[in-house]
Amino acid sequence: VIHRIPSGTRDVLPDEMRELRTITDALRGVFERHGYGEVYTPTIEYESTLRRGDGGVQPAYRVVDDHGDVLALRADMTVPIARVVATRYQTAEPPLRFCYIAHAYRQVTPHRGQMREFLQAGIELVGSPGAAGTAEALTVLCHALDAAGLEGYRVGLGDASLYPALLAGLGVDEEHRERLLNELATKDFVGLEREVRDLGLAADDADLLVRVPQLRGGPDVLDAPPGPVADALRGLRDVLDLLEESVAGRCIFDLGLARGLGYYTGAVFDVYDPALGEPLGGGGRYDELLGRFGRALPAVGFAIGVDRLHAALAGEER
Amino acid sequence: VNRFGLTFAVPRGALLDDTLDALERIGVDTGEVRTNDRRLLFGDLGIVTMRPSDVPTYVEAGAADLGIVGKDVLMEQRERQVFELLDLGYGGCTMVLATVAGDPDPAAEALRRLGVMRVATKYPRLTARWFEDTGRQAEIVEVKGSVELAPLTGLVEAIVDLTATGTTLRENGLVVREEIVASTARLIANPVAHKLRAEAIDAVVEGLRGGAGGRRGD
Repeated sequence: VIHRIPSGTRDVLPDEMRELRTITDALRGVFERHGYGEVYTPTIEYESTLRRGDGGVQPAYRVVDDHGDVLALRADMTVPIARVVATRYQTAEPPLRFCYIAHAYRQVTPHRGQMREFLQAGIELVGSPGAAGTAEALTVLCHALDAAGLEGYRVGLGDASLYPALLAGLGVDEEHRERLLNELATKDFVGLEREVRDLGLAADDADLLVRVPQLRGGPDVLDAPPGPVADALRGLRDVLDLLEESVAGRCIFDLGLARGLGYYTGAVFDVYDPALGEPLGGGGRYDELLGRFGRALPAVGFAIGVDRLHAALAGEER
Repeated sequence: VNRFGLTFAVPRGALLDDTLDALERIGVDTGEVRTNDRRLLFGDLGIVTMRPSDVPTYVEAGAADLGIVGKDVLMEQRERQVFELLDLGYGGCTMVLATVAGDPDPAAEALRRLGVMRVATKYPRLTARWFEDTGRQAEIVEVKGSVELAPLTGLVEAIVDLTATGTTLRENGLVVREEIVASTARLIANPVAHKLRAEAIDAVVEGLRGGAGGRRGD
């Protein structure tokens, strides 16, 4: 008899589980070695708590419990850990380092092979501001991927505040800023160019707005002539200066990188591998999220999709 | 492969000839594709040919690094995670709402008297969005073959379809009632290839932007 399970969920059987365990053991070992203690939080929380991470992925699955409270499945681990820091580490001296290997839950589009339930491995570094914190997170990320045995990966590094700052600097109003950022978020450079032309800016400024988000490549991408772009890139150059050579060599700089999650405030990154057609993880700085839970601390973190990492490892073997 | 070391997803059908011309201009040899219309995979040229609506699928998954596809297909498959890099200018056509010619407009009449119009289309999601955006109720009937047949047989009052010259509509006694959106061919990229093969992809974009295709317009 076939008993169905919901689309976007699956059973892991021993052959696959052994391979997954090898990966997660390697990742956990690196996290622990760098001082990141593993935490486990409830899969299900009050929806109002998860919604405090405003702008991030909203929870997709809700139930009303017997008291009439609305509970929801977490959409990531970043928001629950922000809650833990604010409630259980109210007075602890920062920086605080946590890691997790845990399932998260998201809404799926039918027939797209997306997972409702997926395993993430990641870290959160709380209370370590600016370039130093970002550089530490990138270092742990690369060491973890190295330990898992991934060979061809690159980390795309950008800054979520770069393009908004550029738009503000050129006096683009709120409404048009939203539209331009939306074109960027949907990766539509044709639409972006059309919106920019509609702004009626000076030709040089318009060219800048079209060209900058398409810049990506080695460190030479950061060599902008003095001006608003160079100012916006200072943060990324500071990060690069702090990276050890093997980590810096993995980085590509991507001035158009816009991650979907609304809580990112500064550096953002995505992990790419030529063996996989989609990013296998990513992260960034979220300096304002903790404040929403009552303990204002800057933070940075990343999450690796364990199944995607597994697929990339299998792809590299071919 | 080709001089860029990239794999192109090329749509068979209306966009094929212009696409091959455009690739030829940037130095991709396409001779074999032109002479062999049964083969699909031209691995030595870095070209995979397919049905247009499959192009975003291959590019999103990374089975092709770049693809050429009409904006109409991209709008129908909005959830695809691909980068839209360039308007290639050719393949100009318009998505229209059309009904049987004459007065009154049967679709408007259905909406007025029955509160809903029946619409046949190969683009159900784009059509649904159009009716939501214009605040009207429509029953969308997805068809795979000749859409023009649907209003002539009484299956529906209107169709939403792509038209370049309007000839097919006219021949079937249909008239355009609303122009929904214009479409041209677009260059799309896989999100990972866009980052890891940046130089090669930028070279393709620059080459195609400078070509006649970029200026011809619709």
